[in-house]
Amino acid sequence: MKKKVLLMGKSGSGKTSMRSIIFANYIARDTTRLGATIDVEHSHVRFLGNLVLNLWDCGGQEGFMKQYFASQRDNIFRNVEVLIYVFDVESREMERDVHYYQSCLEALLQNSPEAKIFCLVHKMDLVPEEHREAVFKEREEDLIRLSKPGNVTCFRTSIWDETLYKAWSSIVTMLIPNVAALENSVTHFANVIEADEVLLFEKATFLVISHCQSKKNRDSHRFEKVSNIIKQFKLSCSKLGAKFQSMEVRNNAFAAFIDTFTSNTYVMVVMSDPTLPSEATLVNIRNARKYFEELENPNNSAMNHHGHKYH
Amino acid sequence: MSYDDDDYPADTFPKDFGYRAYNQDGLELEPNATGSSETKPRILLMGLRRSGKSSIQKVVFHKMSPNETLFLESTSKIVKDDINNSSFVQFQIWDFPGQIDFIEPTFDSDMIFGGCGALVFVIDAKDDYNEALTKFKNTVIKAYKVNQRIKFEVFIHKVDGISDDSKMESQRDIHQRTSDDLSEAGLNQIHLSFHLTSIYDHSIFEAFSKVVQKLIPQLPTLENLLNIFIPNSGIEKAFLFDVVSKIYIATDSSPVDMQTYELCCDMIDVVIDLSSIYSSEETAFDSGSSSLIKLNNNTILYLREVNKFLALVCILREENFNRQGVIDYNFICFRDAISKVFELRLKRQKELENIDQDDDQDDLVEDHTLIGHGTDPSVMSRARPID
Repeated sequence: MKKKVLLMGKSGSGKTSMRSIIFANYIARDTTRLGATIDVEHSHVRFLGNLVLNLWDCGGQEGFMKQYFASQRDNIFRNVEVLIYVFDVESREMERDVHYYQSCLEALLQNSPEAKIFCLVHKMDLVPEEHREAVFKEREEDLIRLSKPGNVTCFRTSIWDETLYKAWSSIVTMLIPNVAALENSVTHFANVIEADEVLLFEKATFLVISHCQSKKNRDSHRFEKVSNIIKQFKLSCSKLGAKFQSMEVRNNAFAAFIDTFTSNTYVMVVMSDPTLPSEATLVNIRNARKYFEELENPNNSAMNHHGHKYH
Repeated sequence: MSYDDDDYPADTFPKDFGYRAYNQDGLELEPNATGSSETKPRILLMGLRRSGKSSIQKVVFHKMSPNETLFLESTSKIVKDDINNSSFVQFQIWDFPGQIDFIEPTFDSDMIFGGCGALVFVIDAKDDYNEALTKFKNTVIKAYKVNQRIKFEVFIHKVDGISDDSKMESQRDIHQRTSDDLSEAGLNQIHLSFHLTSIYDHSIFEAFSKVVQKLIPQLPTLENLLNIFIPNSGIEKAFLFDVVSKIYIATDSSPVDMQTYELCCDMIDVVIDLSSIYSSEETAFDSGSSSLIKLNNNTILYLREVNKFLALVCILREENFNRQGVIDYNFICFRDAISKVFELRLKRQKELENIDQDDDQDDLVEDHTLIGHGTDPSVMSRARPID
């Protein structure tokens, strides 16, 4: 299943940088090496096996922008599932940015009226921390007003922290076809093994695609943080030519297990009873694997396994 | 507390805060500010303004990410920051802005240099460092007068993005000029160490590790313990880490591979970050902290808590981890031995306040031999000094 994702925004707003971090395992520092995108760069990202994201990274220099709205209009804006529009928060030409954004919406309305629209207010790291919330709120209001009659979802992002993962996680989750079934199964799994929390990560990007929590946690940004933490570690392993397979972290208050799960996912299970032997949880994870594998690839076998037991 | 009046004039209070805090001139040391008798290496961080001290401090001790240091305001007055309670190492960072001359009389050099083990001087390699070198010379001369046991460490800083050739060139140049300066001042005997550092990679942690290791008199003992622990447990390499700063205070005698060290640092990051999310930041590292990471190249990383500051990170082959019971048992022995080493140090230190302090160094060497030769840590109790 192919889904077309348009990535647009002014030149230098950070489109290619964020794409490289999320999908090509760049670390934030390395993105300084990236040059300007010429015309449109297509990339196909296999996501969860049967979902292919067809990313159109559209170079944002004015010459290209004008072409997109004129000669290439149909080609670009047809069959779009998602538009991700990136705004540089420090941009000094807000009016021109808005002008292009609105042209984009107009073209989209004609060619792909069903497309979902996301705006990323990017480079938030350039705003001092205490002002970030206020600056973002203001931009969000403007963008919602400017996008009428369409609906837009806004995120504040920076390649230097976990906000980038939050935005992309939310966007990508919306594209997964069986996301509800996945969510149900994760909840069921968490209940059976009495876990505080179960997270499902996509293997290549480490974006959280599904989660279930049974115990309150004060940190509402933890999914993105975990994505970020694990991905950083994955990159440091790759410096040694290794990949990490599984991880167990515990102290007196909790035990967390991160393990390869299906062929496209990693799972993280958090238990609050650290006296429980690690093996018990690991066996439960192993037993659940087969079921989730089937859920991901329904073609391989019959799908009516909803009463499946883990123990 | 009682003092031996024959050795001490009544007005001097020998108080040991860092290692080798006694100076032979009998100069007065820093008054007991912390009220603790814990023995921690004490390090001063100095340098011209904008040389990167605050950034180093934030990155190494406060877990700030390097890119965020761009926002740090420059320090406009003398600022003292103590990092005491969370780390095995006691650090003091003194920021000296250019317009304040610290040689002026109000600057209490006895107090500052007296109890410190090492002086780290930060020089910005990307800047014109003439002024820094002058300042450095003055600092060294002043500090050496007060405390001759101080170790001088030069961090040639911000070397990220500089080619290897010009790194070596600046190191050579700075080395040459500082040595010349010191021999002009008639201080040939002072030994300087140089480190190329950057906050954007692990070189800053590596450099601090080397500085700190020089200040730990128990280092040979710790290394010995590691050398005994490792082969008996089927482990290939182990680092004893100060968790907060990711400085390794000891490792076994096999060579250190920078990449392995970096991976261990990253493991500590992962463990602390995940633990702060799922317990709380204050209790992230507690007595139950442990972690196990499996890599696909048949390698296992294994972390265990040693005490509230220290963690042991081991690297081993997967097949050797089948004997986890043996490893865990050996680890407990190792942990007990370490706590005895530090207890002994504490005890000795208290006793040193009563007896002659001159040969502190020699006595310690004796302790090492005792522990080094026998595997039984209880032998250490024999090292108790005379009452």
